[in-house]
Amino acid sequence: MINQQYYKRGYIIGGAVVLIALVFVCRLFYLQVIDSSTKDKADGNALVRQTIYPSRGLIYDRNDSLIVFNQPVYDVMVIVREMRKGFDTLSFCNAMQLTRKDFEKRMQEVCDRGHNRGYSPYVPQVFWSMLSKEEVAAVQEQLYHFAGVSVRKRTLRDYVYPSAAHIVGSVGEVNRQDLERDGYYTIGDYSGRDGIERQYEELLRGKKGVEVLMRDSKGRIQGSYHNGERDYPPQSGTDLQLTIDIRLQQMAEDLLQGKMGSAVAIEPKTGEVLAMVSVPSWDPHSLVGRQRSKNYSALLSDPHKPLMNRAVQAQYPPGSTFKPVQALIGLQTGAITPATLFPCSGPLSTPIKCTHNHGSPVSLEAAIEQSCNPYFWWVYRTILDQNGTKTATFHRTYDRWRDYVVSFGFAGRFDSDISNQATGSIPRAKTFSRIYGESGWRPMTIRSLSIGQGEILVTPLQLANEAACIANGGYYMTPHLVRPLPSMPAVSRHETDIDKKHFEVVQRGMARVMTNGTGRHYSIPELQMCGKTGTAENPHGKDHAIFIGFAPQDDPKIAVAVVVENAGFGATWACPVATMMMEKYLTDSVSRPDLYDRIRSAHFIQSDVQ
Amino acid sequence: MISSSSVNSRNSVWKGLDWVTVLVYIVLALFGWINIYGACFTYEQSSMFSFDNPAGKQFVWIMSALVVGMIVLLIDERIYDIFGYWLYAAIIVVLLVTPVIATGTKGSLSWIAFGSVKLQPAEFAKFVTAIAVAKYMSRYGYSVRSWRDLVVPFCLIGLPMVIIMILQKETGSALVFAAFILVFYTQGMNRKVMRYGLLAIIAVVCILKLQIIPDKWIDSVFQPHQRARIEVALGIREDPMGYGYNVAQSLIAIGSGRFVGKGFHQGTQTQLEFVPEQHTDFIFCTVGEEWGFVGSFFVVALYVFLILRIIYIAQRQRDVFSQVYAYSVACILFFHFGINIGMVLGLVPVIGIPLPFFSYGGSSFLSFSLMLFILLRMDGARINKMR
Repeated sequence: MINQQYYKRGYIIGGAVVLIALVFVCRLFYLQVIDSSTKDKADGNALVRQTIYPSRGLIYDRNDSLIVFNQPVYDVMVIVREMRKGFDTLSFCNAMQLTRKDFEKRMQEVCDRGHNRGYSPYVPQVFWSMLSKEEVAAVQEQLYHFAGVSVRKRTLRDYVYPSAAHIVGSVGEVNRQDLERDGYYTIGDYSGRDGIERQYEELLRGKKGVEVLMRDSKGRIQGSYHNGERDYPPQSGTDLQLTIDIRLQQMAEDLLQGKMGSAVAIEPKTGEVLAMVSVPSWDPHSLVGRQRSKNYSALLSDPHKPLMNRAVQAQYPPGSTFKPVQALIGLQTGAITPATLFPCSGPLSTPIKCTHNHGSPVSLEAAIEQSCNPYFWWVYRTILDQNGTKTATFHRTYDRWRDYVVSFGFAGRFDSDISNQATGSIPRAKTFSRIYGESGWRPMTIRSLSIGQGEILVTPLQLANEAACIANGGYYMTPHLVRPLPSMPAVSRHETDIDKKHFEVVQRGMARVMTNGTGRHYSIPELQMCGKTGTAENPHGKDHAIFIGFAPQDDPKIAVAVVVENAGFGATWACPVATMMMEKYLTDSVSRPDLYDRIRSAHFIQSDVQ
Repeated sequence: MISSSSVNSRNSVWKGLDWVTVLVYIVLALFGWINIYGACFTYEQSSMFSFDNPAGKQFVWIMSALVVGMIVLLIDERIYDIFGYWLYAAIIVVLLVTPVIATGTKGSLSWIAFGSVKLQPAEFAKFVTAIAVAKYMSRYGYSVRSWRDLVVPFCLIGLPMVIIMILQKETGSALVFAAFILVFYTQGMNRKVMRYGLLAIIAVVCILKLQIIPDKWIDSVFQPHQRARIEVALGIREDPMGYGYNVAQSLIAIGSGRFVGKGFHQGTQTQLEFVPEQHTDFIFCTVGEEWGFVGSFFVVALYVFLILRIIYIAQRQRDVFSQVYAYSVACILFFHFGINIGMVLGLVPVIGIPLPFFSYGGSSFLSFSLMLFILLRMDGARINKMR
């Protein structure tokens, strides 16, 4: 009843089964053993490398007071490509408390390469930035349900004090040059833009970590991959200790409010900058977060140039505060001795008249005390003429004089962590020759230099360093803002070209300034202050008040320079600021509250700035 | 007499049962169940037995199928011969009624709901058709070599095929009926006819490829996604993230399993739902990703063994009815195996048909089990027939 004739056809069917199975096995073997590209594709599908940002290094002052720290903020990120398929815009808007219009506008901005240069639909883009912890807590749970949406934690800078803005600098989004220069950064990263934040960026930023997460086909994060085997944690940035005394800094900023100018205090023996004030300034809080760009452009367009760090970028003629240097060069070159006397005819003196009322002839100490202009003209003239008056000799002598001046740190930058230093300037002989002709200039031509006016420009930092040189009796340590870490080179010591023995008489002269001379009204005798007032002529308006000084005379702990623009006499405005700073630093007190209030409430900002 | 014979056959069913086939069937069902659990594992972990995930439901289906299979083994196989046409008539009616009362999941017209349980009559139509064809071909004096004798079987096969394709829009299920061509072959059908049949298939492919036929005609047979899938497989259309997406992700999943696989529940493609329909038609991906080449080879080998075993069973049958039925079972399984794994491996177009005993789905598991147990009962009873 069954036809056995076709029995074998069963084998043929069986053969076909085996054949097809063999094809499958070959295909499987190719896919699973030979072709190795699929593993990466599967990983690329499923694994997301999420950057974990390290917390930026903290910044402390010299007394371990915290100045700069971090506050967490949260960015809502979107991957545009993953949002496209069935994205529930309505619930997303509800969760984020946005109107649909806001959402669409923001999405347009995100996707617009003109607005958002680094846009890619495959890479998370910042949809809404810098939500506070409270704001994000309200929405975070819901956001995880949306494909392509994630929350990124980041830290922003926060500040304990509303001061030291120029020193610390600020942190902002990296620009294209940063991205090209340093492969560490990716678009949207933050880095120090100026000040210490920029100078020590590589230490402060730490090292980013990576977390490998798995996501499903809809882009929803499903947890960590292999229990975090391939993750590595971020390394926090290095904490820094500033040499700044934040209390001194705050006090100086407070005293100088409503004025333009600068105050710099240095510990002479170490070169540590104790305070570096530039006014007008800003509250560092204002350059953080969403308000940053708005506030930054306001600062940028302010006619009083608050962004300029006057302590290192403003250049003034030093005026009479230059006289101690002149005296030291005179002593070193043998042009004068401490006993040398020069006559002074008061207002009738030529070529430079004396504005102070004192006897004649005067000695060096008395000349410093009284800031006698004719005396220093004679000193300068003697220095320049002592090798002969032939043009070539004179030029050589002038350049030698200039070298002495430069050895005090003038006309150059300090090789340190203080950024944006201006060099200041003192012309070389050849510069004068270019202006006046080879033999067209004599000591008489450049007589203003004898009293620190004319073609000499210095920065407040250089003035403070001058005070430190005199306080140290012949050398300075490179002024710096951060206590060196073990990995950094030690602070270097620079000798001036003046022998130590010459400093004592100049120090005595500067002490007499504070007891009998131009600074006597504001001195505090117990603190053994030494100082020198100055008034820099200002072609644009009222003179700048300048003061340099240090204390105590026996063992100087602080050297200060103060410049108050357009304030008039140095003795009246710069000197009290400096003496109060020295008092504050040495005794941590303010013994003259009335004076404090008077200085604090004075205003010298010209409404019409040229 | 009747009672003694029925007692006799009941005893002999257990004695004559092909335990090897039963064992392979159970191994496939259990491994399938494990992989369904693997494919549907979520991070809110639930048990393999919990009814709120597909693995739990599949477990219930496996258990029900074993009970039904047991009952089938106890029922006299002659009822299929006696009631074959009635069964066929019943299933045709059900197929016709289905689109009218269909519950319409995913635009499908092929499901009927019984409370919370949904069944797909098209799955059951396969073995019922096999019974009807077997009954017709076992008529006295039937010859597959005669053209006239082919008309009725072709109609028997063509009727459900057309209903499923046109009314229910389930092209995949309908194409399974093409497997019967092999059954005719085993019964001695003219090689010429085979050749013409193959040529016809090639012609259809060419027509699709050259797009000679107006789109309207094609669209009346294929749904747009099916047409697109066929076109992708034929290389007419390049579309990796569109209709080719399933296949692309499937290949990544299988390939990334490498030699020994990523381990149970370790497949990122599987776990993270990159492959659509993974627990149903694309279940073989999970095997490939989590069990690697070793596991995939094992599964392929099991199917080859099962189908060869059924061919062997067919060959040892003593009557045409059970032999035709046995070959039908072998050919249907072969077709499912070839198309399903072929599509998962990117060798044939994506045609949504399940992997027998392995894919998630009550209808498919239950109908394949019924089909197999009816065969086992017929095979077990052949000893009686020899007496």
